[in-house]
Amino acid sequence: MPKARFALTTLFLLFFLALIGPLLSPYSYSDIHLELKNTPPCPQFWFGTDELGRDMFTRIWWGARISLFIGITAATIDMMIGMLWGSIAAYAGGKTEELMMRICDVLHAIPYLLVVILLTVIRGSGITTILLAMTLTGWINMARICRSQILQLKQNDYVAAARAIGASSTRIIFRHLLPNAMGPIIAAMTLTIPTAIFTEAFLSFLGLGIQAPAASWGVMLNDGVSAMRYYPWRLFFPAMMITLTMLSFNLLGNALRDSLDPRLQR
Amino acid sequence: MTSYLLKKASILVISLWCVITGTFFLMHAIPGDPFIGERVIPEEVLRSLYAYFGLDQPLWVQYLKYLKGLLHGELGPSIVYQGRSVNQFIAEGFPLSAQLGLQALSLAIPGGILLGTWAAIKRGGWQDQMAMAISTIGVSVPNFVLSSLLQFVFSITLHLLPVARWGGFEHTILPTIALAALPTAFIARLTRSNMVEVLQQDYIRTALAKGLPLFRISIRHGLRNALLPVLTYLGPVTTQVLTGSFMIEKIFAIPGLGQWMIHSINGRDYPMIMGLTIFFSSFLMISMFLVDLIYTLLDPRIRLRKEAYA
Repeated sequence: MPKARFALTTLFLLFFLALIGPLLSPYSYSDIHLELKNTPPCPQFWFGTDELGRDMFTRIWWGARISLFIGITAATIDMMIGMLWGSIAAYAGGKTEELMMRICDVLHAIPYLLVVILLTVIRGSGITTILLAMTLTGWINMARICRSQILQLKQNDYVAAARAIGASSTRIIFRHLLPNAMGPIIAAMTLTIPTAIFTEAFLSFLGLGIQAPAASWGVMLNDGVSAMRYYPWRLFFPAMMITLTMLSFNLLGNALRDSLDPRLQR
Repeated sequence: MTSYLLKKASILVISLWCVITGTFFLMHAIPGDPFIGERVIPEEVLRSLYAYFGLDQPLWVQYLKYLKGLLHGELGPSIVYQGRSVNQFIAEGFPLSAQLGLQALSLAIPGGILLGTWAAIKRGGWQDQMAMAISTIGVSVPNFVLSSLLQFVFSITLHLLPVARWGGFEHTILPTIALAALPTAFIARLTRSNMVEVLQQDYIRTALAKGLPLFRISIRHGLRNALLPVLTYLGPVTTQVLTGSFMIEKIFAIPGLGQWMIHSINGRDYPMIMGLTIFFSSFLMISMFLVDLIYTLLDPRIRLRKEAYA
C-alpha cells in the first residue's frame, strides 16, 4: 500500500528529526537574537527566525517532540483505560455491563473539547493538565470498540475451553481475549493520535496550552497567523509540519483499519 | 420504542446535570478572588459586591440558586463586563455563529454526500482516489491552518475577499469554507463506506441485471439506503462546526459566540466561562438527542431492533 508506506516513511522521518533536529543547529529553542528577528530562511537559519530572532528550525523540532509525546501518551492512556473498561464490561455482562456502558453513554454525551478547555482553565496550562483533560473522556470510544470486540470473541470455543480447565477471568481477559482484540484497538489508537495532536495545538492556539518560551506547534501557529502577511515562513513551517503529521497518522490508521476489517476485503 | 427514547432522554438529563454540577463546583474550586486585583477596593464595597453576586452564602445555597436560575434560563452575570449577563452575550453572538454554522452545514452536507457517492460509484478509479485524497487532507489540515491559508491566498495575495471582520455576505465566504472543510471530509468518507456496502447488496445486483444504468441505481436505490446513516453523523458534525467556530471566529475576527468564549477564557471571566460552557454543552447534547430521535423515527429497521434491545 503506497499510502501506508508514505505515512510510515514520513512518521519515521518526523520521529528521527524530532530526536536529532534540535542538535543539528547551534541554537537552543529559546535563544533570542533580537538583531536577527524575522529573518527569512537562509543558510544560517534554515527555517528563518521568529519575532524574537529565535531559530525556527530548532523550535519546529522541539514542537515535534511535544506534539508527538502528547499525541502518543494520550492515545496510550486512552487505550489502556478503554481496554480495561470495555473488556471488563463485556466479559462481566449483565447488570455490571449495563451500568458500565451507561456511564460511558453519560460521559460520551459531554462535549470533549469543552471539558478540555474547562480543565485547562481551572488547572492552569501544562503538559500534565492537557494529558489529564484529554484522557478524562477520551477513553470512551476505545472502551466501546473494545467491548464490541470482546463480545464477539467471548463466543469462541477456546474461551469456554479455558474456563473449563479452570482459568481465572483475569487470565481469560488478558491472555485470550485482549490479544485477539488488539487489531481494531491499535487501528483506533492510531486514529486517536492526530486528534490529540490537534487538541494540543488548539489549546495552545487559544493560549491555554504550552506556555512560552516552550515551543509547541500550536504556539508557533498562533504567532505565525498574526505574522503571515509579512513573514509567511513563520506560519508555513509549523502549518506544514502539523498537517504532515496528522495526515500520516490518519493514513496509517485508515490503512490499518481497512486491512483489519474483513468486510472491506471482499 | 418509547422505552428506548425514555432511556435516551434520561441519559441526556443525567449528562446535563453532570456537566452543570461539574462545571459549577470546578469553577468554585478555583483559588483566588475575582474582585481582588491591582485596585484596592474598600471593605464595604467588596461586601456588597459579594452580596450582589451571592458569594457570601454557603456553596450549596449558591449551587441551588444557580440551578434555579438555569431552570428559568438565566445563565448568570459576567464579572468582567459588569452589568451584563451571559444571556445578553448569547443573544448578541449566537445569531452570527448560527448563521455561519448553518452556512457551513449547507455546504458540507451536500458536498460531502456528493463527494462520497461519486467515490463509491467509481470505486477504485482515479475519481475515488482523488475524492478520498481530498477527504484525508480535509481531516488532516487543522481548521486554523486552513483559514489562515485561505486568508493568505484570497485576501492578502489576490485581494478577492475581505480578510476578516463581519459585514456583508462576502465576509462570510472564507469562514464558511474553513468551517465546512472538516465536516465535508468526514461526511464524504462515511458516505463512501456506506455506499460501498449498499452497492454490494443483492437488490443492487438485481437492478443491474434488469439493465438499469449504474448512475440511476446508485442514486435511486443506493443513496436512499446509504443516506440514513448520514443522519447519525449530524451529531458529531454539529460538534465539529461548533468547536471549529471558536478558532474561525478568532482568526476572522467575527463577534460571534465562539469569540466571546475565547474572550472570557483569556479574561478569566469565570461565571461567563461557566455560563457559556453550560450553554454550548446543552446545545450540543440536545442536538445529538434530536438527531437520535429523528433517526429512530425514520428508519424502521432501527426502530424494530431498538425495540428488541430496549
